[in-house]
Amino acid sequence: MPLDLICPAGNLVSLKAAIDNGADAVYMGFRDNTNARAFPGLNFDEAQAMEGLRYAHDRGRRVLLALNTYPQSDSWSRWTGAIDRAASLGMDAVILADAGLMRYAVKHHPQLRLHLSVQGSATSYEAVNFYREHFGIQRAVLPRVLSLPQVDNVVQHTDVEIELFGFGGLCVMVEGRCLLSSYCTGESPNSAGVCSPPKAVRWTDTPSGLESRLNGVLLDRYGKDEKAGYPTLCKGRFEVSGETYYALEEPTSLNTLDLLPEMLKMGIAAIKIEGRQRSPAYVAQVTKVWRAAIDAVKKNADGFKPTAPWQAELNKLSEGQSHTLGAYHRPWK
Amino acid sequence: MLNLAVPAPLGSLIARLPATPPSRAFSVVANRLLWPALQTLDWQPLVGRRYAIRVKDLGLSLRFTVTARGFAPDSGAPDLTISATARDFLLLLARREDPDTLFFSRRLVSEGDTELGLIVKNLLDALEPEAIVRRLPAPLAHAARRLMAT
Repeated sequence: MPLDLICPAGNLVSLKAAIDNGADAVYMGFRDNTNARAFPGLNFDEAQAMEGLRYAHDRGRRVLLALNTYPQSDSWSRWTGAIDRAASLGMDAVILADAGLMRYAVKHHPQLRLHLSVQGSATSYEAVNFYREHFGIQRAVLPRVLSLPQVDNVVQHTDVEIELFGFGGLCVMVEGRCLLSSYCTGESPNSAGVCSPPKAVRWTDTPSGLESRLNGVLLDRYGKDEKAGYPTLCKGRFEVSGETYYALEEPTSLNTLDLLPEMLKMGIAAIKIEGRQRSPAYVAQVTKVWRAAIDAVKKNADGFKPTAPWQAELNKLSEGQSHTLGAYHRPWK
Repeated sequence: MLNLAVPAPLGSLIARLPATPPSRAFSVVANRLLWPALQTLDWQPLVGRRYAIRVKDLGLSLRFTVTARGFAPDSGAPDLTISATARDFLLLLARREDPDTLFFSRRLVSEGDTELGLIVKNLLDALEPEAIVRRLPAPLAHAARRLMAT
């Protein structure tokens, strides 16, 4: 079916919230840096993963495992071990970024379904088809840098299923290649599994505003009524040539409800919701809205219009002051 | 809109609190009512650290530490301070709001050891609400179910 709804699960309670509110599939990570949300206390041990799989499969839904960081040479076996566990647990697919791990998976677990992670940074059909030919990937998650016509061009030239991000926090989108966090902390999402590791983050309420610091580097100072964002370098305000502003990007969230009819017509296989680090309340609220929207667009694509309550609910959950259609929509093109 | 009037059983309970400093009262009440339901959690990373819960609109600051046997009042400099209004704390406890949502809109502030704060958040997020609620004393369980009902 087109437009499967893929929702984040940071723990078992969130997984159940996603399933109960209408997710077609959830994605999760193991409790280590083999995935890009390696926060303390988050993610699944083997017993929890097994229970999550049972809960989803009993209800006819699927579980995807994010194994989307890049293994380091001294700990290669941690990543291959995770692939072995995914296969023995019966994961419905693994989401991989690293070509070496794909090779391992194909060789040792030829039945395991492979998805190319957004961290793999494949933006052209040539790149997507390369992964198809060499590793038999079934689906690719496209980086959030393409406009919808560019996405359409990829879809037209591959038989790999295409998954797009639909909602959630945005980053500077050099997916799989961003080292900004390393600049301050020595750790980046691609190897350590987390950008702005929490041990390096400090928040302080000062008379001049709420300050966020990363390893001592001031990222932002929020005025009394300003909305706050995640403490990442890309979303900080910096002084450049005498002016203080969001020098890299403004904190905003992606929200593509408006584009659902086009995505449906294009044959997009799945829509991904960001946020494994968020709480069960977020997962329940966002899943409920997107389930209703996807059902509505499938029933009547031409008459589809996101309702005001849907947008209000999603805006409330968003990081930053506003939401955006991101690169998908470029009216000047 | 959610009715957040303090339920009668809880109200009468609060009224009967001893007139000792709030932090001491908090630990006594939390140990009596909550600890039996919570003691099976993995508290290890949290033991021995100092916490402050600031209920902004009530002007209340609850300071405590966690030991192997439960909560204990502690007036030392906190490692982690969480501030919000009483209503927002209740919304969080009832899983009606996501902490990040409240944080983005500046209704929830976490100061001090951010990693410790995240461990606390993830520990609480991973709780199956019903598993905890059914181990609470009956009046409190009733109040909690009312709060969580959507």
